[in-house]
Amino acid sequence: MIPAAFEYLRAHSIDEAFTHLQQHGGEARVLAGGQSLIPAMRFRLARPAVLIDINEVKELNYLRSGGGMLAIGAIARDSDIERAPWIGERRWSLLHDASRVVADPVVRQMGTVVGSLCHNDPAGDWTAVALATRAEVVVRGKSGERTVAMDDFLVDSFATRVGDGELALEVRFPVPDERTAGSYQKVERKVGDFATAAAAVQVSLNADGTIRAAAVALSAAGPCAIRVEEAERLLAGQKPSREIIRAAADATSRRSSPQADLRGSIEYKKNLAGVLVARGLGQAFERLGVRV
Amino acid sequence: MRVNVKVNGVSYERDVEPRTLLAYFLRESCGLTGTHVGCDTSSCGCCVVVVDGDRAVKSCTLFAVQADGHEVLTVEGLAEGGKLHPLQQGFWDQHGLQCGYCTPGMLLTSYALLKHNPDPSETEIREGLAGNLCRCTGYQNIVKAVEQAARSKREEQP
Repeated sequence: MIPAAFEYLRAHSIDEAFTHLQQHGGEARVLAGGQSLIPAMRFRLARPAVLIDINEVKELNYLRSGGGMLAIGAIARDSDIERAPWIGERRWSLLHDASRVVADPVVRQMGTVVGSLCHNDPAGDWTAVALATRAEVVVRGKSGERTVAMDDFLVDSFATRVGDGELALEVRFPVPDERTAGSYQKVERKVGDFATAAAAVQVSLNADGTIRAAAVALSAAGPCAIRVEEAERLLAGQKPSREIIRAAADATSRRSSPQADLRGSIEYKKNLAGVLVARGLGQAFERLGVRV
Repeated sequence: MRVNVKVNGVSYERDVEPRTLLAYFLRESCGLTGTHVGCDTSSCGCCVVVVDGDRAVKSCTLFAVQADGHEVLTVEGLAEGGKLHPLQQGFWDQHGLQCGYCTPGMLLTSYALLKHNPDPSETEIREGLAGNLCRCTGYQNIVKAVEQAARSKREEQP
């Protein structure tokens, strides 16, 4: 399977990439890790006339924290997150879990977090994680840089707020406080397959043990990743308990709107989404030293 | 486009179409047919090579033009001076292959794995090779082969 012919432009700086993008607009696609784009091109599902390779834009290769945010540059690889020295810290447990189950270990050595967000596959992993962590994406457009919250960023399957001629520079994850933990639960038929269902949860506790904030997001449960606001509301202010986990799981199953395919029926996937949220919440509470 | 890719220490300067995938560049432009193409859909891991010393990549999912100015290691570059690389010796000793089709990808994925983790547990080896399919062996002997290689590499370096 050979992709359609295209013009290849290699950028060495953000400015150079942006100039190319301005010149070619909707004809061009940005090539970061390429682990979704190149297969799509080989299947001729994508036929960009111009590819702008940003892999040599070294100023976009970073993980750095500051100002209460962890910023991940557009060409930082999934494996960079997986191997980050801080990834074992409890507060990052949601990122930790996800970074180990995206695609497969070889794909993760090229694939990028920002690229995955921009690709916005309905069954992607980072989109659900970014929703649950209240992440934001920095986008450079004609009128300068702007920050887009994840709730607004994901528009529809394979569509985001990154417009023609624009470049996503980094994703920012708010640094969770000490009493925060998360969990990523994914069911896949085999490593590297798309998720049958996946759930990203993150909970923060008050000093008295009640839930200060909860986040629940799903992948493979609609046209793109979704938040389960009802489950988040049910959890907030409560003490961790089996009953509240059950209620959040039920709300999740109601909210999930998957498509039937070879991986399962709608009924099965809706149920599975609830089960995964329940498991995720149980694990997040356990990581916070609370047994329910 | 004119590209210059250093493969196993040798510079290959060639004209390629931008859409040429690295796997086909290696096989057809460089004549290095040790890199196998199994599925052609980023699924099987047969075509894995190591780029810039420690990154395992599926060469069917990278354009040759992206490798311009970079270093690529393929299975042909593993042995030195007629002596098998510890990974190759491990696969030999532990019967880590039957038909051998997946072996180059297994070797190069393991090579990058050991660069990042010289002393992997059995679980870490199995997880690290989860992107490589073998249709013959059931993986047990592949895992043993990587364990042997890790051991002998550690003994090599005091």
